Amino acid sequence: MLSLHAVRQLRDFALDVTLSVGRGETLVLIGENGAGKSTVLNLISGILTPDRGEITLGERTLFSDEKGIDVPAEDRNIGHLFQSYALFPHMTVAENVAFGLRCRRVPKPEIARSVTEQLAAMRLADLANVNVGRLSGGQRQRVALARALVLEPELLLLDEPLAAVDMRAKGAMRKELREQIRDAGIPCIVVTHTLRDVLELADRICLLDEGRVAADGAPEEVLGMRENGFIASFTER
Amino acid sequence: MDLTRFRQESEVLRHSSRTRPGRAALTLLVAALLALFLLFVTVPVASLFLRISPEAFFRSLAEPVVLDALSLSLVTATISTVIVVVFGTPLALVNARHDYRGRDIVDTLTDLPIVLPPAVAGIALLMAFGRRGVVGQYLDVFGIHIAFTTVTVVLAQVFVASPFYIRQAKASFEAVDRLYEDAARTLGASPWTVALRITVPLAWGGLISGAILSFARALGEFGATIMFAGNFQGKTQTMPLAIYTTMQGDLDAAISLAIILVVISFAVIAAVKVVTRRKF
Repeated sequence: MLSLHAVRQLRDFALDVTLSVGRGETLVLIGENGAGKSTVLNLISGILTPDRGEITLGERTLFSDEKGIDVPAEDRNIGHLFQSYALFPHMTVAENVAFGLRCRRVPKPEIARSVTEQLAAMRLADLANVNVGRLSGGQRQRVALARALVLEPELLLLDEPLAAVDMRAKGAMRKELREQIRDAGIPCIVVTHTLRDVLELADRICLLDEGRVAADGAPEEVLGMRENGFIASFTER
Repeated sequence: MDLTRFRQESEVLRHSSRTRPGRAALTLLVAALLALFLLFVTVPVASLFLRISPEAFFRSLAEPVVLDALSLSLVTATISTVIVVVFGTPLALVNARHDYRGRDIVDTLTDLPIVLPPAVAGIALLMAFGRRGVVGQYLDVFGIHIAFTTVTVVLAQVFVASPFYIRQAKASFEAVDRLYEDAARTLGASPWTVALRITVPLAWGGLISGAILSFARALGEFGATIMFAGNFQGKTQTMPLAIYTTMQGDLDAAISLAIILVVISFAVIAAVKVVTRRKF
């Protein structure tokens, strides 16, 4: 379970967010562009540091200004998928997936086995030796997910996971993604702009507005808040 | 203005200017200037090849003064480039990725040798590392005499050639999307691993072309070397110094050395082109 309280001064406003995600639960973050959704993910994965607050994941404290704890990003064991997927362009698919294991100094035969299994599980086995520059949007998304999941992370952060997937493949990819999140059985936070993603993936919804949590609850509850301008336009789309 | 109208108008403009006789004259003028400039650059280089017969060229290559200069130049320029890369890469990476007090000062200082006249660099190095120099007098106490040895050639080359690599390396590091570095860190890569496995490989083309340019600059170094290192055959007489020395007596040797440097220069340009074209 993840619990987060983080304050950070951004350019236009102060981000001040408190939220928690349970084991096997998927929280979907929605809100206007620039509301701070991606920033929240970066604070959790350790790419950005809060000015104040506390972040705990399971038994571990990842950040606490009071206790003077700030676990570096590389030791947090959090899977973070970026919007553009950030696949390493100078590596093949298999090398991308092996990257985290190599950083952890896992023995070579074991790396080879884990990578092969992970690629097979995500129907990427044929692409193992392909350079990532030649992949489609959907394939990139699966490689990025494989690269994160092979490390058995304790938390999954997905920033617009389907934004770069072509329209036709989106529906199937969304179902597949849901399966993978369920199988992983870990807390998951998804940032999205599309209602379909929310309906398909969310156990709970959190609405961010200028760096603050404007609503947090079950999907039907939050999506029912028609008096909120964002929700009204979001559900109409 | 809407786009179609804009397009129409620009069409009209282009059409009218095409019919004007002024345009033809302008084209002719530009072509003439271009041809003149190309001749200005190529004629002197071509003259080197025209003024020496192949036999004389190969005969000169066997002259000790030519051979000594050639090997000394290649060895010192290689050593200088290695030193520049070893010290310059971390500096460029730090300055590309981290903001700290005094970073602008460091950037300015690393660029300084580009604008400094070589003669100034030579006398400055002499005042620092010469026998009675600011640093040199202490080295002298320990029995280290670097004045007029091959070490001084390398020092002069490193001094003048380092900015060419450091500038290029810094620009290449800045061009690497930080997103890749962030992604690598979330996957468990330490800052050290990120630098070695992500940043350096993604900046590779720029680093190599920077090193090649730096090598070329070191190879051509003349002013600082002749003032600081002296002009002793086999010890400090690099190819440019040997050209200067031999042209007063054995012009064939001077031309032969010049031709070798021309060939290397072309190879450098070609190498940089090939390396920088390679993109992921």
